[in-house]
Amino acid sequence: MSSLSKAFTSSIGKKFVMGLTGLFLISFLIVHVSINALIFLNDGGETFNVAADFMAHNIVIRIMEVGLFLGIILHIVQAIMLTSQNNAARPEKYAYNKPQANSKWYSRSMGLLGTLILMFLVLHLYHFWWPTKVSVYTHQEHNTFQNIVMIFQEEWVVAVYVLGVISLGYHLLHGFQSSFQTMGWNHKKWTPVVKTVGVWFSIIVPIIFALMPIAIYFGWVS
Amino acid sequence: MSKLNSNIPAGELTQKWTKYKSSVPLVNPANKRSLEVIVVGSGLAGASAAATLAEMGYKVKCFCFQDSPRRAHSIAAQGGINAAKNYQNDGDSTYRLFYDTIKGGDYRAREANVHRLAEVSANIIDQCVAQGVPLAREYGGLLDNRSFGGTQVQRTFYAAGQTGQQLLLGAYSALERQVGMGKVQMYTRHEMLDVVVIDGKARGIIARNLITGELERHFGHAVVLGTGGYGNVFYLSTNAMGSNVTAAWKVHKKGAFFANPCYTQIHPTCIPVSGDHQSKLTLMSESLRNDGRIWVPKKKDDTRKASDIPEDERDYYLERRYPAFGNLVPRDVASRAAKERCDAGYGVGASKLAVYLDFKANTERYGRIEASKAGNHNPDKETCMRLGTAVIKEKYGNLFDMYAQITGENPYETPMRIYPAVHYTMGGVWVDYDLMTTIPGLYCTGEANFSDHGANRLGASALMQGLADGYFVLPYTIGSYLSKEIATKPIPTDHPAFVEAENEVKATIDKFLSINGTKSVDHFHKRLGHIMWEKCGMARNKEGLTQAIQEIQDLRREFWADVKVPGSADEFNPELEKAHRVADFIELGELMCKDALNREESCGGHFREEHQTEEGEAKRDDENYAYVAAWEYKGVSEFELHKEELIYENIKVAQRNYK
Amino acid sequence: MSTGNMNLTLQVWRQKNSKSAGKLVDYKLSDISPDMSFLEMFDVLNEQLINKGEEPVVFDHDCREGICGMCSMFINGQPHGPKDLVTTCQLHMRSFNDGDTIVVEPWRAKAFPVIKDLAVDRSAFDRIIASGGFVSVNTGNAQDANALPIPKIQADAAFEAAACIGCGACVATCKNASAMLFVSAKVSQLALLPQGQPERYRRVQSMVAQMDEEGFGNCTNTGACEAECPKGISLENIARMNRDYFSAKFISEEEV
Ligand SMILES: Cc1cc2nc3c(=O)[nH]c(=O)nc-3n(C[C@H](O)[C@H](O)[C@H](O)COP(=O)(O)OP(=O)(O)OC[C@H]3O[C@@H](n4cnc5c(N)ncnc54)[C@H](O)[C@@H]3O)c2cc1C
Ligand code: HEM
Ligand code: SF4
Ligand code: FES
Repeated sequence: MSSLSKAFTSSIGKKFVMGLTGLFLISFLIVHVSINALIFLNDGGETFNVAADFMAHNIVIRIMEVGLFLGIILHIVQAIMLTSQNNAARPEKYAYNKPQANSKWYSRSMGLLGTLILMFLVLHLYHFWWPTKVSVYTHQEHNTFQNIVMIFQEEWVVAVYVLGVISLGYHLLHGFQSSFQTMGWNHKKWTPVVKTVGVWFSIIVPIIFALMPIAIYFGWVS
Repeated sequence: MSKLNSNIPAGELTQKWTKYKSSVPLVNPANKRSLEVIVVGSGLAGASAAATLAEMGYKVKCFCFQDSPRRAHSIAAQGGINAAKNYQNDGDSTYRLFYDTIKGGDYRAREANVHRLAEVSANIIDQCVAQGVPLAREYGGLLDNRSFGGTQVQRTFYAAGQTGQQLLLGAYSALERQVGMGKVQMYTRHEMLDVVVIDGKARGIIARNLITGELERHFGHAVVLGTGGYGNVFYLSTNAMGSNVTAAWKVHKKGAFFANPCYTQIHPTCIPVSGDHQSKLTLMSESLRNDGRIWVPKKKDDTRKASDIPEDERDYYLERRYPAFGNLVPRDVASRAAKERCDAGYGVGASKLAVYLDFKANTERYGRIEASKAGNHNPDKETCMRLGTAVIKEKYGNLFDMYAQITGENPYETPMRIYPAVHYTMGGVWVDYDLMTTIPGLYCTGEANFSDHGANRLGASALMQGLADGYFVLPYTIGSYLSKEIATKPIPTDHPAFVEAENEVKATIDKFLSINGTKSVDHFHKRLGHIMWEKCGMARNKEGLTQAIQEIQDLRREFWADVKVPGSADEFNPELEKAHRVADFIELGELMCKDALNREESCGGHFREEHQTEEGEAKRDDENYAYVAAWEYKGVSEFELHKEELIYENIKVAQRNYK
Repeated sequence: MSTGNMNLTLQVWRQKNSKSAGKLVDYKLSDISPDMSFLEMFDVLNEQLINKGEEPVVFDHDCREGICGMCSMFINGQPHGPKDLVTTCQLHMRSFNDGDTIVVEPWRAKAFPVIKDLAVDRSAFDRIIASGGFVSVNTGNAQDANALPIPKIQADAAFEAAACIGCGACVATCKNASAMLFVSAKVSQLALLPQGQPERYRRVQSMVAQMDEEGFGNCTNTGACEAECPKGISLENIARMNRDYFSAKFISEEEV
C-alpha cells in the first residue's frame, strides 16, 4: 500500500477522515441551523421558504449536498470500521471496569450516539429531504414551511426529534473538541478556547433545533 | 606468584588508554559478522555494550530477566551522572575526577582503570545528548549541573530525579534500533543460570526461558555479564526485587574470581523501614543533600515534633563534624554518622532509627532569591517559603511525591525522616584492565564487576561507569580477544560441555522442586538478610562475622532441607526463580563475611569496629591491606584468596579527610 | 507477620497460562497494615498460599518504586488502582478501607496477551520502539553536548514526554485498547528535540505502522489514558503525533 493511501487507512488516517468529515458536518450544521432558525421570524414561513427554495435549486448548494452525503457516508463507514476494530482490540472484557473514573460516558458512546443520530436522520430525510427532492424533479410548487408545520403536529415525531438532537448534542460535546485533537490542533493557549466553544456549540445548536418542533407543536410559530 | 594479572598497559597514566586504543588489534568487518557475542544484562552496562557491539558489526544476543530491556534496575537511578566537562568553570578536569574517585574509594581502586573512566566520562554525556536524552538545561539552553557528595565541583548531569531512567531509555533505544535491524537478538524473560566453559574459554550460557521453563543453550565467541549488583543479599535494599547475584555467582563457581565482596555501600538517605511487611527500601536521592540539612535533636529521646524543636536544640551533626564538606560528605561517612547518632539514642520517629533531612533553611533561601528576582527585596517569611517551595518542587518534585506516597507524610511541611540502607555493591567479579574475568572470553561490566570504585563509590559515578564500560571501553577491549577468535567456528550446542552445564542446571531445579519443605524462599531470604545486616552491615567486628559465617552455613543446610518451592519447572514460576537467587545469595553471604573478616582494617564501605580512630573515623591499613581481595571458588564454603597489589604512582595515598 | 488490622476480600484473576481460560478467585486476608504497599499485600497473600500448598499468584513487578513500569494490576476497574499518578507498587493500603472487596485483573488487550494470572506480554511496546523510537547515532559519533543549545522549555517538554515508564496502563484503560499515548510520548520526546529532527517524519510513520500491526485499537480521544497514566503523560503528545503524521504523509516526500 502506498504511503499516501495509508494516510487514510492507518489508525490515525481513519481518525483523520473521521475528524475531517466530522468538522465538515459541523460546518453544515451551522448553515442548517441558521436557515432553519428563520422560522422563528414568525412571518408564516415566508423568509424561510425563500431560503429553502434557494437551497433546493442553487447549483453550488446542490454540489455541496452531494459532498455532504459523501461526508456522512464516509463518516458512518469509518465509524463502523473504527468501532469494530476497537472492539476487536480487547477480545476479553474486564470483569469489573470503572470507566467513569477517567472519562465521560458520551465520549465512550460515540458509536451509540451516532447510531441514534443516524436513525433520526433517516426519519428526518424521509420527512423533509425526500418531499423536496420529489417536488424539484416533478417541478411542483413545494411549501417547505407548511410541510414542517404539518409534520410536527404529531407528538411522537416531536419526541423523536428532540431525542435525536439530544444525541447530537452529546455527540458534539465530545466530537467538537475531539476533532481538533485528531487534526493535531492542540495548543496550550487555544485548546481551552476550542473546548469552551465546543461546549456552547453542542448546547446551543441542539437547543435551537429542538425548539423548532416544540415551537411548532405548541403553535408558537405558525 | 599470584594468578592475577591486571594487564595494565605500560606507560604514563594519562597516555595508557590512548595508546591502548591505537594499538589494540582490530577485527575486520567481514569477520565481525561471524563473531557472536552474548551480553547478559540490559541495564546501562549491558544495553550500551550490546548496542555498540552490534553497531560495530558483531552478532549479538542480549538477555534480561525482566519483560523488557528497558526495565533493568538502572532505570531507578535518581540523582545524576558525573562527567569531567568543566562546564561550570569551577576547576574540574579529568585529573580531578580521577583523584576524587580514588580518594572517595578510600584508595582501594586501580589507578589505570579509574583514569580511563575519567577520560571517557565526557564522551558519555555527548553520546547521551546525541541520542535525545533530555538532560536538565539552564535558560541559556546549555546543560545544567549539580553537586554530589565527596566532591567540591559541580560535575553531575541530571534529568530531574530520573537520570537513570533517561540514560537507560537512551541506551535502550540504541539497543532496540539494533534489534529492529536484526543485529541484536533480544531474549527478555530469560535468566542465565550457568556459563559454558570449553577448553578454558567461555563459550556460551545456559538460560531458562522464564515463561515456558525451557532450558536453552546459547553459543557465543565471548560472553559479557552486565548483570548488576547483589545488594539484595541483605533482603532489604534499594535494589529491585529481581536484582540478584546469580549470573556472577555461577561464573564464580566456574572459575571467575570474586573480588572485594565485603565492600557494600550503605546509602545515607533512604526512607526508614516501616514494618515487618517491608519488601524493599526506597532511596531518596543524594542530590537532596544539596538542599537538605541533616539533624537530630540535641536531647536524647526527644519526642517533640520536628517543628517544635528550636534551632539551638538541633544537632546538625554532619556540619558539626565535617565543616568543609558538611552535608555533602561521602556516603559511607554520612551513613555511619547517622548510625552513630541513632545508636547513641538521638534517633527520631517511632522506630528511633531515623534522622531528619530538613529543607526549610534552603527553601527560605531560594524563596528570597526568587522574590528578589521579582523585585521584592524585603519579602516576608511566608512569601519566601511559598516561592522557595516552588523551586524545591521543580528540583525534587518526584522525590517528594514518592516520599509522601510511601510514608503518608507531607515533606514540604515536615522534614523527611531518613535512615541508611544497602544501596550498591562495590565488590563483584574480578576483571583486568580489559574488563575480562579470570575465565578467558568472559567479560564483566557495570555494577557486576568489582569496579572502579574501590571501597566506596561516589554518588553519580555508577551510571558513569556502566556507560563507560558499555559504550567506550568493552567494545575496544573485547576486540583484543576476538581478533584471536576469528578462526573459531560456532560451536554446536550439542557439545558435551553444553549438555553437562544444562544437566547441572536441571538437577538443581529438580532438587528445588523435590525438597517440598515447610518454609517459603522469602522466609530464608529474610533470615539471611537479617544476619547480613546485623553482622556484616554498616559496622562489623570479628566476633559478629565469625558468628555470621556459622549462622549462614546453618541456614544453607536448612534451606536445602526445608525450602518449599511450589509449582513445576515447565511453567512461569517466580518462586523457582527466587529459589535460585536466594541459594546463591546464601553462598555469597558467607564469602562476604569471610572477606570482611579477612580485611583487618576499615576502609570506605567496610568498617571494622576494631579499626577506628579515636574520633570514630575509619582507619585504613595501607601497609597490609592495599590490595584487591580476589577469591577463587574451591568448593562449598571453601575460597582461596588471591591478592592484587594496588600500586599508586600518581596519587599520594592519604587518610581521607572531609573536615 | 503483618501488623495491621485491615480485613479484605480479594477477587483475583487466576489463569494457568495463555491458552487456558481464567476466572476470578476469592481470597480472604486479615491483619493487613495500611502502611503496606499493594504488592506487599500480595506478598502476604502469596506467603499464605505457599504455606497452604497452593500456587501463589503470579504478577509482574521489579523496582517497587514506580519507575521500571513492570507492575501492572487492574484494581477495582482502574489500572494501578484508584489513586492518581501512582503505579501499583506505589499504591498503599491506606487508600482502601477495612472490609473492602478488591477485584484484581490483568491488563486486557489483544496486543497484551495474558501469560499467567496477572502477568501479560507487553513486548509489542518494544517492537514499536525498535521500529523507530530512537535517534540513529552510533556510539562515538557525537559532538560536544553543549554545541547544541536547546531552549529550556523545549528540553523540559521533551523530558515530560520521556517520563513514560512503558507500563501500558494507557492501553489497559482505553476502551479501544489504543496505544496512542505511549507511542506519542516517544514520538513527541524526539520531535521536540533538535537531535530528533532528521528522522522526525520517518519515525512517526514507522512507529504508527508498527503500532497498528500489533493490534492496538484506534484512539477516540476519550482521555482515559491521560487520566490513568501514572506519569501524567499529556494528550498534547497525541495531537503532536497526529500533526507530525499528517505532515509526514501529506507533505514529506519520503516514502516509509
Ligand atoms: C535506587 C538507586 C539509585 C541510584 N542512583 C544512582 C545515581 O544517581 N547515580 C549513579 O551513578 N548511580 C546510581 N545508582 C547505581 C546505579 O544505578 C547502578 O549501579 C547501575 O545502574 C547498575 O547498572 P548495571 O547495568 O550494571 O546493572 P542493572 O541496571 O541492574 O542491570 C542488570 C541487568 O542484568 C540482567 N540480569 C541480571 N541477572 C541476570 C541473569 N541471571 N540472567 C539474565 N539477565 C540478568 C537484568 O535483567 C538487567 O537487565 C543507583 C542505584 C539504585 C538502586
Ligand atoms: C450531523 C451529524 C454528525 C456530526 C456533526 C458528527 C460529528 C462528529 C465529530 C465532530 C466527531 C469527532 C471526530 C474526531 O474525533 O476526530 C465524530 C465522531 C464520531 N461520529 Fe459523528 N457526527 C455525525 C453523525 C454521525 C453518525 C450518523 C454516526 C454513526 C453512525 C457517527 C458516528 C461517530 C463515531 C463512532 C465517532 C467517534 C469516532 C472518533 O471519535 O474517532 N456520527 N462525529
Ligand atoms: S503513557 Fe503513561 S500509562 Fe502509557 S505506558 Fe507510558 S507511563 Fe504507562
Ligand atoms: S514495580 Fe517498578 S514501577 Fe512498579
